[in-house]
Amino acid sequence: MTPLKHILRSIMISIWFMFLTFPLMVVYINPLNYTVTWRWKNMIMVGIGTFFASFFWRRFQNRTVGNNDKPSLGQKTLNHIYTSPEISRMLLGVLILFTLSFPFIFSTYQTNVFTTALMYVVLGLGLNIVVGLAGLLDLGYVAFYAVGAYSYALLNHHFGVGFWVALPLGALVAAFFGILLGIPVLRLRGDYLAIVTLGFGEIIRLILENWDKVFFGPSGISNISRPAFFGVELVEKSIPHAIKYMYYLVLLLVLFTIFFVNRLKNSRIGRAWIALREDEIACQAMGINKMRTKLTAFALGATWAGMVGVIFAAKTTFINPASFTFMESAIILSIVVLGGMGSIPGVILGAFFLVLLPEYFRTLGDYRMLAFGASMVIMMVFRPQGLISHIRTKYNFNAKEPLA
Amino acid sequence: MDNLQVELQYFLELFLGGLTKGSIYALIALGYTMVYGIIELINFAHGEIYMIGAFTALIIATVLNIMGVNHAALVLLLSAGGAVVYASAYGYTVEKIAYSPLRNAPRLSPLISAIGMSIFLQNYVLLAQTSNFLPFPKLIPEFEFLEPISHIMGSSEFTIICTTSVIMVLLTILIKFTKIGKAMRATAQDKSMALLLGINVNHVISFTFIIGSALAAVGGVLIGSQMGQINFYIGFIAGIKAFTAAVLGGIGSIPGAVLGGLVLGWTESFGTGYISSDYEDVFAFTLLVLILIFKPSGILGRNTSQKV
Repeated sequence: MTPLKHILRSIMISIWFMFLTFPLMVVYINPLNYTVTWRWKNMIMVGIGTFFASFFWRRFQNRTVGNNDKPSLGQKTLNHIYTSPEISRMLLGVLILFTLSFPFIFSTYQTNVFTTALMYVVLGLGLNIVVGLAGLLDLGYVAFYAVGAYSYALLNHHFGVGFWVALPLGALVAAFFGILLGIPVLRLRGDYLAIVTLGFGEIIRLILENWDKVFFGPSGISNISRPAFFGVELVEKSIPHAIKYMYYLVLLLVLFTIFFVNRLKNSRIGRAWIALREDEIACQAMGINKMRTKLTAFALGATWAGMVGVIFAAKTTFINPASFTFMESAIILSIVVLGGMGSIPGVILGAFFLVLLPEYFRTLGDYRMLAFGASMVIMMVFRPQGLISHIRTKYNFNAKEPLA
Repeated sequence: MDNLQVELQYFLELFLGGLTKGSIYALIALGYTMVYGIIELINFAHGEIYMIGAFTALIIATVLNIMGVNHAALVLLLSAGGAVVYASAYGYTVEKIAYSPLRNAPRLSPLISAIGMSIFLQNYVLLAQTSNFLPFPKLIPEFEFLEPISHIMGSSEFTIICTTSVIMVLLTILIKFTKIGKAMRATAQDKSMALLLGINVNHVISFTFIIGSALAAVGGVLIGSQMGQINFYIGFIAGIKAFTAAVLGGIGSIPGAVLGGLVLGWTESFGTGYISSDYEDVFAFTLLVLILIFKPSGILGRNTSQKV
């Protein structure tokens, strides 16, 4: 295209968007006292903004189309980091030092935000087992998170059960729910499974909201005790200490999860999941029990959500059904897909991206959710495989040596 | 005897309420089912298109009112027409921006893009207008001939049921007997084969989005004038419900979407009327889960065997 054509096209696009945004952005009605404000300035801004944005859009789109087969520079660097043990060890060392010293360098607020991000890392890794490895689209993951949180909150409220007892219990209850839901619905394929899990998530939330006799309704449960430190109760006064403690606890869980998922991925069951994701029929022909394999993935995913749920309840000391909406499921799923399905570093990066971005852009005020939605779309359009796409293990056969 | 009459009237009321609600669900569900039939995408932004349709109608009607246009039919026509035009334009643009670059991407990518678009559009309306509930003008006039039965069916319910029926018939004609309808069916069956036969698949997809959005806008205008108020969040729950309706009836099937919408409307109406009003949404989702477990392809969906 010649430059003139480019400009003409962009003008057309900007006119289209000025038309599109006219009623919502220019006209402002006040139906109470019957007045209309005309905000023509907005129209000019939309026109100019879309004019320039369309140039960038086309430029980047051409680039993505052109370079589809070749690995990008970032991918190459990453490959290099993965394959060279010196660099990866050094990077890992720096990362470990940074995460360990984080609560001492930064403020309590930062530590708190970081803890939340780490919790989402675990949630993302848990969902990654279900969606990324086994290829089961689960839109109601938050239900298991809620199950974990409520099991701890209720046990604590009624029987004074401590955090360390509740952690495995919550995980077990969530896993039980995972199997309970899994048995009937795992026969469904693809999007049907997605919509049933979505429905299940909503049912759990609505029951929590409406059955006030058992679950205390929309007002939720408060005064949940924080975790004790080897039997020593951390007193309510030292909230900064509690937050630091929480941080290390979640960090430990993250490390455990990474280790576990990594081992799982290369295990017999992990390979079965990946095979099932790629081709169900071929997989069954190879003698893999489809139902059992899927159920394990579902139950394991739920287990992690349950554990994070218990931690969430202990961290905030207050829970109510509003924390477990569909939006939460959507965000966890976005973490997995945005980061790169099946890739552990990708999920970690995705979690930080999606949790820290809205948090640090609070200054943008109301615009932050707008930017959040837009960045999800832009990310997907320009990098549909995710931030760090999953790299398959390759076995290289060295042909130089003679074959005996 | 008297008791029986009261019971019967209550039943009729619930039945008509469910029918009205179900018609709206059906209108939105059609958009989901058509899009899913063609590109296998759960278009999460569809509920937002419905909301934008309702907002556009509200804005046009209010501006006309302030400018002193008082002719009821003219206001209704202009605001509903404007809503349909704008919703279609939004549907078209959303497809071009968020979905068409992702035609060959991994399956989950367009879904995430759709969720992002839904968040974006919600917040766009929130920022451009307001987060409060806005009163929706009564666009549908009171019909005199409905006076004797006004206690069970008001004029807006009547209009909703009639409009939906007419639209269903028109849509069936469009899909069954026109050239573009044939192209749509062909694309839904096999995209690459349709392409080989000289069908412009991109145009067909755009057209599907436009039709679906227009139907959602009609639903938005109707529900707005029945409920009397709207806000930026109405699209979300309506979208999920309508998608439920589409899956219930068998996704990809147009009569299925209508049937699914009606069944969902009645389930909610009778469930809240006879059991408990707190669990309105629980009934809807329980029904969905049950139907999918026992008949995974939906009520009218065809059982397709998986190809190897």
